[in-house]
Amino acid sequence: MRAPWELALLAAALLVPALGSRFYTFLANDVLIWALFATSLNLLVGYTGLVSFGHAAYFGIGAYTTGLLMKKLSLPFLIAFPAAGVLAGGFALLFGFFCVRLTRIYFAMLTLAFAQIVWAICFKWNEVTGGEQGMPEIPYPSLDWMGRLPLVGGLRTSDHFYLVTVVLVALCLWVLRRVVGSPFGRMLTTIRENAERAEFIGVNVRRYELAAFVLAGAFAGLAGGLFGIFNRGVFPDFAYWTKSSEVLIMTLLGGMGTFYGPALGALALILLNQQIVSYTEYWPFVLGTILIVLLFVFPGGLAGAAGTALRWLRRPA
Amino acid sequence: MPDFSFIFAQSISGLTAAMFLFLIAAGLSLIFGVLRVLNFAHGTFYMLGAYAAFQFMQWLGPGRGRFWLAALGAAAAIALLGGLVERFLFRHLYGAEELYQLLFTYALVLVLGDAAKMLWGTQQKSVSAPPELGGKALSLFGATIPYYNLFIILLGPVIALGFWLTLQRTRAGRFIRAAALDRETLGALGVNVDALYTWVFVLASFLGGLGGALISPMRATTPGMDTEIIVEAFVVVVIGGLGSFWGTFFGALIYGQVLSFGILFFPRFSIFAVFALMAAVLILRPWGLLGRPLK
Amino acid sequence: MLEVRGVRKSFDGFVAVNDASVSVARGQIAAIIGPNGAGKTTLFNLITGHLRPEAGAVVLEGRDITGLPPHDVCRLGMGRSFQRTNIFPRLTVYQNVQAAFLSHRGRGLDLWSRVDELYRGETEALLASLGLRERAGEVSGFLSHGAQKQLELGIALASEPSLLLLDEPTAGMSVSETRETIRLVERIARERGLTLLFTEHDMEVVFSIAQKITVLHQGRVIAEGAPADVRADAEVRRVYLGERR
Repeated sequence: MRAPWELALLAAALLVPALGSRFYTFLANDVLIWALFATSLNLLVGYTGLVSFGHAAYFGIGAYTTGLLMKKLSLPFLIAFPAAGVLAGGFALLFGFFCVRLTRIYFAMLTLAFAQIVWAICFKWNEVTGGEQGMPEIPYPSLDWMGRLPLVGGLRTSDHFYLVTVVLVALCLWVLRRVVGSPFGRMLTTIRENAERAEFIGVNVRRYELAAFVLAGAFAGLAGGLFGIFNRGVFPDFAYWTKSSEVLIMTLLGGMGTFYGPALGALALILLNQQIVSYTEYWPFVLGTILIVLLFVFPGGLAGAAGTALRWLRRPA
Repeated sequence: MPDFSFIFAQSISGLTAAMFLFLIAAGLSLIFGVLRVLNFAHGTFYMLGAYAAFQFMQWLGPGRGRFWLAALGAAAAIALLGGLVERFLFRHLYGAEELYQLLFTYALVLVLGDAAKMLWGTQQKSVSAPPELGGKALSLFGATIPYYNLFIILLGPVIALGFWLTLQRTRAGRFIRAAALDRETLGALGVNVDALYTWVFVLASFLGGLGGALISPMRATTPGMDTEIIVEAFVVVVIGGLGSFWGTFFGALIYGQVLSFGILFFPRFSIFAVFALMAAVLILRPWGLLGRPLK
Repeated sequence: MLEVRGVRKSFDGFVAVNDASVSVARGQIAAIIGPNGAGKTTLFNLITGHLRPEAGAVVLEGRDITGLPPHDVCRLGMGRSFQRTNIFPRLTVYQNVQAAFLSHRGRGLDLWSRVDELYRGETEALLASLGLRERAGEVSGFLSHGAQKQLELGIALASEPSLLLLDEPTAGMSVSETRETIRLVERIARERGLTLLFTEHDMEVVFSIAQKITVLHQGRVIAEGAPADVRADAEVRRVYLGERR
């Protein structure tokens, strides 16, 4: 977090529980987790140029990992949370090994196939995953120590968990930001721009793509780990293909070309959803319409549209 | 070991499922072959076909042959819808990135799926089978096959052959095959590519709508049947080979059998087996069992 | 330096390159010429690992590199430009060249350093020698065709190759751009002691700078030698030069 506005945003996020509204904290928590999920996907779609249709698989794996470890084995969050990233990253390595051998539509189809396999297992393996009914009542991490702290001591458990989410998501975003701003990140953009040329500056394209796939999967897993606890339960539809398209829409809505675009997309979509559902039950209808308008009018997403507007405002008179 | 009549019954049920899927997947494969786009909304067209058939049945009231009229009317209505979508919306995205085209078709899934909910609610709708076929069944090798299933099993190959002959013998068919191989030269040959694309959409949507209408007597029509079927149709076209016509037919046959026999061997994981098969095909032969590698 | 021994490649039964052998000595400027469809680009792709030959071998500085993937071939000291301009269009000129330095110096798997300042000196020096210093901050996709070709040369040079393959370096250029580019290539090859192998359709260019010429016709080498010998070769005159003049 270099720029002061990022620190200011972090501070503002930490102050949300001070508003005293359970609902605002809930919304902010939701936004943060999806922001991480969408940003992890953008490492593939926006930076490497790989369109994954099965990113929900790693989100789901992370959610089930943390959920199972905390609920069935009563392991502490400090182990269960990193485990979500490790396991999701491990599966991303296994699946990605095959996926990066394919290009374009075939790549998308294979990521989808693997995600559906994950979904089918979660859906049917009753003994472990709870099957169709999922796994309700994932416990909150034990955050008693926070109760003894000044200022935040009097807050609700859900507020404590929210503060943990803020810190963890901020850390993850910081790491991802470093990664896309690193030589490795630059190599990924060369692959997106022109894989043939990238090969001939000595980039082992498949290996880099696999590395990006694993990283993206691991961070999606961490987001999933947080989401299972936040949601108070883990369900097979976390890994279903419609979840993959939801996160893809967020990424596109916010703008794939910028680092914070997908997070912005997550924010916009969740807030909009909250507004719309109070008027109508037909949220998908509204979302689909927005998406169509977006595709035809602002293909650069919100961040792209904002950039255009800024340039227009700053244009020499 | 299960006895023969049981195995026979399983394979027949697999065959019925396969022929339905073929109807749906054929349209998906056709659009992919010509336009190189996976149309997520194809499953929605199928669902709308089922709803439209229900609606036509209501309007037509009792009478002989009304199921057939309703089914054809539904398919025609969906064909029209598909043509309109292509003409007024999708056409403008041909120059855009693949991802945008995919997301557009997904946006259609959202919009049209909810539109169906607005029009028909969330209650299940069911349509009774035509009296000529309903309630009667054929006994063969100890298995009971309803006439309606038999009709579907026979209809699949008939449609496949008719479709194939259209592709092989007619001018439009030749253009479609040429477009599948090489889009650039087609325009240079003086073919009206715009019109061709619209007709491809119309034909594909017709098949999707017909599939939905014909399945309505067998399975209740509900919201959500669109997202379920589209993934199954993806599996079929991927196994057979994206854009390959007989590949789609073959893929549907394999899918049906894997699903109905998978239930025997791993009762709970037959759906898993199907996706595993899809992944295996993509890994070993990405262009499918009967397809050809894309250039 | 480079030994291509009897390579062969066919597509769907059409033999694009048939038993072709080419050798280039260290420090030499060599050209491959031939009518359209003679198999020049295919031959390049066989050398750089983009295609795998069905028969024959490619040897770089005594090392058999047949069938190695392009990224490995590149690491062994071979640079290349492509016939259709091949750059990273949405990156800036600076980033294009810097990326090649990053990869070549093995920093690609560094996930933590800030990328912007790495190899700035090297990148700017190389851009200056190509006359692109002033345009470092521009998005490369918006450059003129000629400038993009120069940039592509820069990308290839940033891999610090000992052997540079240029596929039609002046394709689509005006007469003055062509002259400028050729002077640039010649100067850089001399300064860096590069070995150069290029294909070119402009005979004037070929005969003005090549020390050795290989003539390809229908996938086969029909002549090889010093420019004067090639010019005098009866078969070359018949199939190639005669066709043009």
